[in-house]
Amino acid sequence: MRPRDLLGSAVGAAAGNPLRTALLMLAMAIGVAAVVVLTALGDGARRYVVREFSALGSNLVIVLPGRTATGGVNPGSAVTSTPRDLTVADARALKRASGVLRVAPIVVGTSEISVGGRLRGAMVVGATAEFIDVRRFTLAQGRFLPDEDWERGSSVMVLGAKLRSDLFGSGPALGQFARIGDRRFRIVGVLASTGAGLGMNTDELAIVPVAQAQAMFDTHTLFRILIEARSRSLLETVKQQAVSVLAQRHGGEQDVTVITQDAVLATFDRLLGTLTLGVAGIAAISLAVAGILVMNVMLVSVTQRRAEIGLMKALGGSQGTIRALFLAEASLLSMAGAIGGFVLGHAGAWVIRALYPTLPAWPPDWAVIAALLTALVTGVLFGVMPAQRAARLDPVLALARR
Amino acid sequence: MSAGTRPVADGAAPPAPASGAAAQIQLSGIERSFQLGDSVVHALRHVDLSIAAGDYVSVMGPSGSGKSTLLNVLGLLDSPDAGRYRLEGRDVTTLSPAEQARVRSRRIGFIFQSFHLVPRLSAAENVALPMMLAGIPAAERGPRVRKALDDFGLADRAHHRPDELSGGQRQRVAIARATVMQPAMLLADEPTGNLDRATGEEVIRLLEELHGRGMTLIMVTHDQALGDRAHRQLYLEDGAIRRDTRRADAPPG
Repeated sequence: MRPRDLLGSAVGAAAGNPLRTALLMLAMAIGVAAVVVLTALGDGARRYVVREFSALGSNLVIVLPGRTATGGVNPGSAVTSTPRDLTVADARALKRASGVLRVAPIVVGTSEISVGGRLRGAMVVGATAEFIDVRRFTLAQGRFLPDEDWERGSSVMVLGAKLRSDLFGSGPALGQFARIGDRRFRIVGVLASTGAGLGMNTDELAIVPVAQAQAMFDTHTLFRILIEARSRSLLETVKQQAVSVLAQRHGGEQDVTVITQDAVLATFDRLLGTLTLGVAGIAAISLAVAGILVMNVMLVSVTQRRAEIGLMKALGGSQGTIRALFLAEASLLSMAGAIGGFVLGHAGAWVIRALYPTLPAWPPDWAVIAALLTALVTGVLFGVMPAQRAARLDPVLALARR
Repeated sequence: MSAGTRPVADGAAPPAPASGAAAQIQLSGIERSFQLGDSVVHALRHVDLSIAAGDYVSVMGPSGSGKSTLLNVLGLLDSPDAGRYRLEGRDVTTLSPAEQARVRSRRIGFIFQSFHLVPRLSAAENVALPMMLAGIPAAERGPRVRKALDDFGLADRAHHRPDELSGGQRQRVAIARATVMQPAMLLADEPTGNLDRATGEEVIRLLEELHGRGMTLIMVTHDQALGDRAHRQLYLEDGAIRRDTRRADAPPG
């Protein structure tokens, strides 16, 4: 039998029983649509988290003083035991590394801020002018810390939005003075409100020059050095440069920990990717169910069309031809159902995107391709048994019973 | 050969001798039995039969005598448990199922009592079915289907479905379908069983016309009058050929 006739006969047989055909296609469509919608949700969640993280600055390399437990025993650690401080001079040295775009040394502490009679506890961050760019903060009013010598900061301060309203109410804050301990700072800027984000709540920060903060907290060491790489691809280079620059400055000892924002992000990415995969797996179960339905419907069809099968054998149809006919019908219906499900799934994802605009619920390509392939393979696989049964039917019995 | 299966001549003409390679159909020692519950039914018991090309043979006998089984074995729809079937000099009992299907496709035409038309296909599509199964391209099928329908007076019924046709028309479609591949032999299983007398007569005339053009016609029937019209009559009982007669006026088979 010619392929075109095979297809035509399969279409004819499918059209000959519209209800059976419609049910079968519906089952397949639901399976594929489930995969498309659920993976769209899972992948949407992944993209959402990745996007939120990127907002923090995904080119970030963070230097922490001291080694975390991961390091092995090296000759250096046997000689000296006290880790050196991470200093502003270290930060300045890092700025000269080739892959580095910006460096922000920071010191963090808590203190009390007073304005007139009002007193309020706040987190004080000592930073430099580039801090705002590294962390991608935006200003609501005024300007950020001036670009000046890191070791002698001027007495200026930038406030978080909530801290500003707590201290000044609805009155003007720019140009006013506030006191931290025995130091007086002029308020030069106010940060835009960001709401609760990942990490510290920027709305309650008071930012002062790093030298001022070090003096205030009587320390020489830094809390962190934030480094922004020139590009995402340079992250690993910058990380290694930071390690080697600091090791050189610290007498050959690796007494700092360098992590990338990217590593954290990658972990989330992997986690949510796995989640999507899991969800896709659950959805695939409905495809398997659809496959079993295909098998059942085709088996019923074989029983209903016994006389026709017997006749085709009498007219010279070989077992192979009859097997091919039933397989063609099963795979045709599966494919049609899968395409229907593909459209249905995309419509579902579109509805989700319309309802939750922040969630980029696009089904990943791999999931769509896998769903369509699985549907087709399931249809064919579960169509084999009924087709085999049809092919092996005894023509005498098939023709005798009506 | 047992006494029970020995052909018994009863007057008129002696049965056609099994003339070796010249015979179109040669059955020797064909056995076929079915398991029915715990009893074994012998549908065919050691049947020896030789039919010449172009002969016109009727097969009669009571129900369950093995007529249909004989026809099914002849048409390669059923395989004998023992014995040998040579069709046009070739042993077809040992062929693979695919090769048997090919023989059915090219050499054998079936006509059934209940027509066995595919209900969802039009008359033309039903007639085209054997050619489609044989892999003949659509361009070639069209003219042949038209000619076949024309030959059987069905030209204006080409696009009607079986349920829109009368019994006689249905059987004519079935005959057109059985002959469209130009087989060497036609096997008819009670072709007039579901038809009234006049329509049945018309169908028989068609079949005899086909025989007149050289096709071997083998017809199972319950109707003595129809059976007697054949050149050669086989009478089966209990799976064995009891009588094998030849009409005196028939050309030698």
